[in-house]
Amino acid sequence: MTRARLPEIAGFALLALGLGAFATAAVPPTPGVAACVAGLVALRRSAAPLTRYVANRCLTMLGALLVISALVFAIIDLPPGDYLSNLIAELRATGQASSVAQAEFLMREYALDRPLVERYAIWMGFWPGPHGFSGILQGDFGRSFELDRPVADVVREGMAFTIGLNLAVVVFVYLTALPLGAISAVKANTWVDYLAALVGYIGLATPNFLLALVLMYYGNVAVGLPIGGGMAREFIGEPMSWAKFGSIALHMVAPVIVIGTAGMAAMMRRLRANLLDELGKPYVVTARAKGVAPATTVIRYPLRMALNPFVADIGNLLPQLVSGSVLVSVVMSLPTIGPTLLAALRSQDLFLSGFILLFVSALTLVGMLISDLLLAVIDPRIRLAT
Amino acid sequence: MAHAPLLDVEDLTVAFGAQRVVDGVSFAVRRGETLAVVGESGSGKTLTGRALLGILPRGARVEAGRAVLADDRGAVDLLALSERALRRVRGDRVAMIFQEPMSALSPLHTVGAQVMEGLTLHSALRGAAARARCLETFAEVGFPDPLRAFAAYPFQLSGGLRQRAMIAMAMVCRPSLMIADEPTTALDVTTQATVLDLVRRLQGETGMAVMLITHDLGVVANVADTVAVLRKGRLVESGPVSAVIGAPGHPYTRRLIDAAPIAPICLSAAPAGNDAIITIRNLSKTYPGRSLGYGRAAPPVKAVADVALTLARGRTLAVVGESGSGKSTVAKLLLRAEAPDPGATILFRGRDGREEDVTRLEGAALKRFRRRAQMVFQDPFAALSPRMNLRDILTEPLRVHGVGTPAEQRDRAAGLMERVGLSADHLQRYPHAFSGGQRQRIAIARALALDPELLVCDEPTSALDVSVQAQVLDLLREIQAERGLSYFFISHDLAVVATLADQVAVMRRGRVIEAAPTARLFAAPVHPYTRALLAASPEPDLDRKLDLRLVAQGAGDPETWPEPFGYRDDAAPPLREIDPGHFVRCAA
Repeated sequence: MTRARLPEIAGFALLALGLGAFATAAVPPTPGVAACVAGLVALRRSAAPLTRYVANRCLTMLGALLVISALVFAIIDLPPGDYLSNLIAELRATGQASSVAQAEFLMREYALDRPLVERYAIWMGFWPGPHGFSGILQGDFGRSFELDRPVADVVREGMAFTIGLNLAVVVFVYLTALPLGAISAVKANTWVDYLAALVGYIGLATPNFLLALVLMYYGNVAVGLPIGGGMAREFIGEPMSWAKFGSIALHMVAPVIVIGTAGMAAMMRRLRANLLDELGKPYVVTARAKGVAPATTVIRYPLRMALNPFVADIGNLLPQLVSGSVLVSVVMSLPTIGPTLLAALRSQDLFLSGFILLFVSALTLVGMLISDLLLAVIDPRIRLAT
Repeated sequence: MAHAPLLDVEDLTVAFGAQRVVDGVSFAVRRGETLAVVGESGSGKTLTGRALLGILPRGARVEAGRAVLADDRGAVDLLALSERALRRVRGDRVAMIFQEPMSALSPLHTVGAQVMEGLTLHSALRGAAARARCLETFAEVGFPDPLRAFAAYPFQLSGGLRQRAMIAMAMVCRPSLMIADEPTTALDVTTQATVLDLVRRLQGETGMAVMLITHDLGVVANVADTVAVLRKGRLVESGPVSAVIGAPGHPYTRRLIDAAPIAPICLSAAPAGNDAIITIRNLSKTYPGRSLGYGRAAPPVKAVADVALTLARGRTLAVVGESGSGKSTVAKLLLRAEAPDPGATILFRGRDGREEDVTRLEGAALKRFRRRAQMVFQDPFAALSPRMNLRDILTEPLRVHGVGTPAEQRDRAAGLMERVGLSADHLQRYPHAFSGGQRQRIAIARALALDPELLVCDEPTSALDVSVQAQVLDLLREIQAERGLSYFFISHDLAVVATLADQVAVMRRGRVIEAAPTARLFAAPVHPYTRALLAASPEPDLDRKLDLRLVAQGAGDPETWPEPFGYRDDAAPPLREIDPGHFVRCAA
């Protein structure tokens, strides 16, 4: 019996070791990553089907991330004239010896004279660059040329805010779409349904930035919601405190509603359609024949069946929110990562845009993993079929 | 016993909008007795049952009537109760079970949880006590392992066990009346026999009354005490079973009884032809096991194993078996919808006398073969595209094979319509305008369009009402006599094929276990499974009731069959010819 559990024990130990290395930053990240991968591979031999499933999914996810990183790097590199080459060309054009020398230095520093594959490997940290192994695997995300700061510093604040905002939006979407969708399905073709549909269509059809402007103005006039920004001015750059947190939360109210409305409307309509299909199923009649009260019947049986697509949507929702909220972020001057990405792409700031795109991809994959795991939890047919 | 009736229904009327679908129906159910409500689809029998519990579908409502339930806990008029009060009756005093146990049980909850729900709603039992009561009920309805069933999800159980779970759900609160809506229609005949027996036994133990809603007069003759026959929402006849089935007064009842397929006691044997159109040898099909992901897979499934069959030209070969016996797979292999395992031969000898191996046909030759072998499917609702009118449906095979000019094709379509008994004026209509039986006629017409030599019929009548079923079988018989067609006929019901087939092959677990000329098979079945099938098939004849002893002996897995028929795993004995033309799979 212990023999059978060996891969499981070894796997979890290695995984813990790897994650511990990340958390404490005691060792460089590379061995940590290696330990995690080795742990996952060991867990694939585990006796518990669910553990195997999760390990497999995680490994697939890492593989997908690798492919995505190569694609991202190659695509960003495709159009000629990125920020650095332009700078070097300008320096060369001055003809001054010091400028030409600086251009040469920059070429070498960022390995621009190497082929694409090698630059990608250096960026990822698979291959030694001018300063040895120093890439994403080692925790070095590179430098933003335009802002002349390390990418890590540029994105740190924005990333945290983006994740926070997105989580708030997802929660908002689910908390509103679930009851509204359920009610409009149960009361299909009554005034409640039509009202919910009206709200939904307005949410879908109104451009987000317009909704943002309207909500900012009336929110401020009516209940004194702050206008724009991620937090009150005095907190910018301050360490996190309860007061700062409160300020952020207050500033998030309007953006969450603006960004979430469209997603909420779409999800509400989907849930309504799914639930309408389920309401006519024989097992609902069975529940009624048992004497279950109407509301309990709906919640316990068809609603749970209709939840599957709802849960599966988490993975799709996350990237949509990031890319969809760029305009809103600009209008409401929110410190999300969206505007930074837009600027980086426009100026072809290679490392900055590459890292953000990779980060958004990772977010998507994590979202999908979460939704798959949740599906396995709520639906025995999926759980027991693996 | 001169008890007052347990349930007294008077003048029940249910309407969809202005249309009355149940019109002034009255009947009574006595304690401990079974009332069968009989009718074809659309007769209002299901709505009658659902009206009593107040669970009518949207749009339907009770317009008039009284339904007094008088049990130990007093008398109430079910139709006059408030929704809240009715909820206390549902599942507690009156329980209901449904036709399709897979869809009638929630797939997301364990069987145990779904059965317990009734207890927590209607009794004071909670926790361990409720659980104990559930397990007790599971044991009563014949679960071999109640604890396992309690934790299982519906999709992990077989059809028969699922229906037992349904019955346990209805029984757990000890209702005084159980309404069973076609409880065995979706089950195999042998399973049906055991479930019917179970309901009867439970009735004897608890004194519960049963209102059985069914279309199957065979079932009625076996379990009912009284019968009510419905037609188009009206009661046409009611009374004790001996009167209604034994000496029906109404012509409609008479027709229903006559239309029900009966396994004959004695048949005249047709001379066997020597000219074989299809000769199947060594036919096997193994499906790879379901992938468990990342290179591991469940063991392969042997759907068809070592099948050998011969179909004589102009005759009918019936392949009979329950779900999962591999009979439909044989049909798919025969038409090359799937490729068999290597080593199989399916020889097809057409009218031109040329012999071809269907398993080796490619390209143009395969297309030519498909023109000569056509198929009629089980579900006439799914087999016809709802977006094509009849002319398009009937001319499509002609267009695919490039037969004739458009004008000729249209004439051919009109001719086909007339041949199957429909008017050629209806060619512009779409399938939804036709009833199930008419649609099956259209499907047959489509199969005939290319003037085939072989027709593969996959349960062509099992989705139809009995009276319609008889008409479709008659049509098939006429067409065969007229055109010299050969039929490969697949069915789960021995009685259906009795009058149509010249040869019958019985399949179980992918193997043919007995094959014989029809008369011989019905007169002297040898294999225990064949005998179980015959014994389990209910007939509208009060003198020939189900013989459960025979069913129990042969309906189980091959391991449970007596010597010399039983076998384990894959070690099946060979088919032996015990009499000329009569093959049985048994050890010597």
